[in-house]
Amino acid sequence: MDELLQDFLEETAENLERADNDLVRFEQEPGDAALLNEIFRLVHTVKGSCGFIGLPRLEALAHAAETLLGRLRDGTLAVSADAVTATLDAIEGIRAITASLAETETEPEGDDAALIARLDALASGDAAPAPEPAPAPAPVSRSGHDDTAPVATAIQSQSIRVSVDLLEELMTSVSELVLTRNQLLQAHRQSEAETLSLPLDRLSAQIGRLQDSVMRTRMQPISGAWAALPKMVRSLALDLGKALDLEMAGGDTELDRQMLEMIKDPLAHMVRNAADHGIEPPDVRRAANKPEKGNIRLAAAQEGGHITITLTDDGRGLDMDELREQAVKKGLMSRAEAEAATDTQLTRIIFAPGFSTAREVTAVSGRGVGMDVVRANVEKIGGSIEVESKQGEGTRFLVRIPLTLAIMPTLIVGIGEARCAVPQIAVAELVRTGETTDYRIEHVAGSPVLRLRGRLLPLMDLAGTLGVERGAADHVLVIRSAGLMFGVLVDEIFETEELVVKPVSRPLGGLAVYSGNAILGDGSVIMILDTNGLAAEISDVSGEESAETAPAAAAADSEALLVFTAAGFAKPLAVPLSLVSRIEDIERSAIEGGPGAHVVQMRGKLVPIRPLTGVIDQTAATRQTALVFAMGPQSLALAVEAVVDIVDARVDIEVEAAAKGSLGTAIVAGKATDILDVGWLLGTGRDAAPGALADSERGSRAA
Amino acid sequence: MSKEQQLVTLALDGRALCVDVATVQDVIKLDAVTPVPRAQDWIAGVMNLRGHIVTAIDMRRRLGLAAAEEGARQMCVVVQLRGDAFALIVDSVGEVIGASADEREPDPPTLPPAWRSISRGVVRRADELLLEIDPGALIDTATAKAA
Repeated sequence: MDELLQDFLEETAENLERADNDLVRFEQEPGDAALLNEIFRLVHTVKGSCGFIGLPRLEALAHAAETLLGRLRDGTLAVSADAVTATLDAIEGIRAITASLAETETEPEGDDAALIARLDALASGDAAPAPEPAPAPAPVSRSGHDDTAPVATAIQSQSIRVSVDLLEELMTSVSELVLTRNQLLQAHRQSEAETLSLPLDRLSAQIGRLQDSVMRTRMQPISGAWAALPKMVRSLALDLGKALDLEMAGGDTELDRQMLEMIKDPLAHMVRNAADHGIEPPDVRRAANKPEKGNIRLAAAQEGGHITITLTDDGRGLDMDELREQAVKKGLMSRAEAEAATDTQLTRIIFAPGFSTAREVTAVSGRGVGMDVVRANVEKIGGSIEVESKQGEGTRFLVRIPLTLAIMPTLIVGIGEARCAVPQIAVAELVRTGETTDYRIEHVAGSPVLRLRGRLLPLMDLAGTLGVERGAADHVLVIRSAGLMFGVLVDEIFETEELVVKPVSRPLGGLAVYSGNAILGDGSVIMILDTNGLAAEISDVSGEESAETAPAAAAADSEALLVFTAAGFAKPLAVPLSLVSRIEDIERSAIEGGPGAHVVQMRGKLVPIRPLTGVIDQTAATRQTALVFAMGPQSLALAVEAVVDIVDARVDIEVEAAAKGSLGTAIVAGKATDILDVGWLLGTGRDAAPGALADSERGSRAA
Repeated sequence: MSKEQQLVTLALDGRALCVDVATVQDVIKLDAVTPVPRAQDWIAGVMNLRGHIVTAIDMRRRLGLAAAEEGARQMCVVVQLRGDAFALIVDSVGEVIGASADEREPDPPTLPPAWRSISRGVVRRADELLLEIDPGALIDTATAKAA
């Protein structure tokens, strides 16, 4: 491409971005002559360059915008919403033409006559009709005082333009230098050549500093990802007929350039959501004694190796009852679970796939791209997202992302002969299992599980998943990823290492179990496991069986069930696994109390224990297996004969027909199995339970 | 295309091959390769080439030839393809030769389809015939097949 054109396009792109923000700020402070001057200068520069290079269409448009801005600047025309909209449209037009220029190197075909006429009409003072009727409220957005303000205008910055490729090249060289240094240090340790010690130390320190500086060249202020937001909020306010105020703080927080790109879209999506679903219409806000103008606040700060971004709105907040309904309707929770779920548990389900509380699809959002996509994108870059909400008061999202994608703290693990790196952010805990430890790996119908503090943790046999030779497989990495918690079985755990992550080549790109690869200190290459990919693997396995019976509804309706046998019941029963907080193996003598009400001491608390029917047979065996359910402050231990299996089965919830105590049925191993309604079990007096359940048991036997 | 083309000659299980020198970035001895579990069988793994990670291609397996003998010293031709680097593992690397347009022949009709899909035609030399391989096709057709 022509160098002149290339330079022009780069410069224009920068100017346009600045013009956008200036205009939005300008609408707020029409008296600010300096600001208007700045905007005028930007458009003027575009026009000037156009004429120089020979771009007539662009020049005409820029000229019309410049004329209007000129009239505003010299005060012959008052700033109006129409004028700002027209100018924004003109800038949008310039942006479209330059985008096309960057691709084809020629001006695209097209006619801007209508827009130019509008600009001209405004400039000449005629009350030009806007192309779309201007909404009644005069919404404005404003950016915080400390971020996008063009501080740079006064000070000519001491910087030069460097291509990203060159920076990448530098980064690679530095990584190689670090590797070579490490090898040198290792060799030196063995040779013990005194004379080399001092220069080697100096070299080592310098390389460390060099690595730091090169890393910093990749850092950019997060405001780069925010630049488009004030404008977006402004047009959203117009479209939605709401008054919105966007506050931004901490825009100077720096993070990796690559990270900036990847966080851009999720942030825009969240802000759009806040404006569309979060903030109420002005009349609703007035009725709720809130200021008419809704406030959206975006703040960023660095905390250690992470950036935290908070997005707060003072809107209606999440409707817990609505969430409950949706959770049940979408099969994400059973009715009992939903009733018992805490607000935190409920708010979390907005990140479930396909979830939306928007009652109607608006032009702005609610078109199926939901928070699940945002969560997936955030997790893809090694981050996490949380939400807090108070009904009627607002919602707050907390996003945590690492400073850089380039360097990732990982844990090196061994599986057979192979070594893999696991991102440390996903590792919640390391557990050593085996004879000499407190932890044993158990098998439920062939699937390995680990009892971790009474919880059942599904285990993934990494050797099997990767198809490599298996070793002792006695270490468990407890992984928290993609909303799941699971254990990964590995043979060995080596050290932690900060890796310079590189993307895998194309032929390996299809392997979801890897997120990248990197070079270790010893010079060898290591693959980095993608915990999201592993999590998908776990759900894939459980999804396969149900897919045969109900291909379409499988994912939504299937649920992990714990199947057990109980005294007095011929057939096995099931409970949703998610409701079982622990499985306890209790010494029979530890059960206290008479036949009326048994209790057992667990971790210093007395927990009522009871069988499903009849009374506990204290003479039978010496040990008693119990399922412990906890809901809020309440706990209940259910005495059972044995835990049979953990399966993933399709669940039919029979809201109407189900007998008391039964939530519905699931097909487990080809047989209908009753699912116990734990909420009901906890809620009723102990005498009611056995009878009702026995009824349902008889009912299903007859059927 | 009257200009002379520069080619690097290669040997693989007794077959004489060559590759356009313009795509070749490096020729190295086969060193430590980290296997990538679950990758396709013709991907030998990943290796470190002076700070860059390259994907090693087992050419014998890719082309359906017998595996190399245990302990055989193999070479790698590193090629750059749209941003990714690949190390093609071959038995040996010969010399750089020039080939003019009139030394070139189309693929013989008897060439098996597997070879035809990765061939850029034949180069006629005084003492031998060389098949020019297309590294792009080598990787893309196999990658696409798996997808």
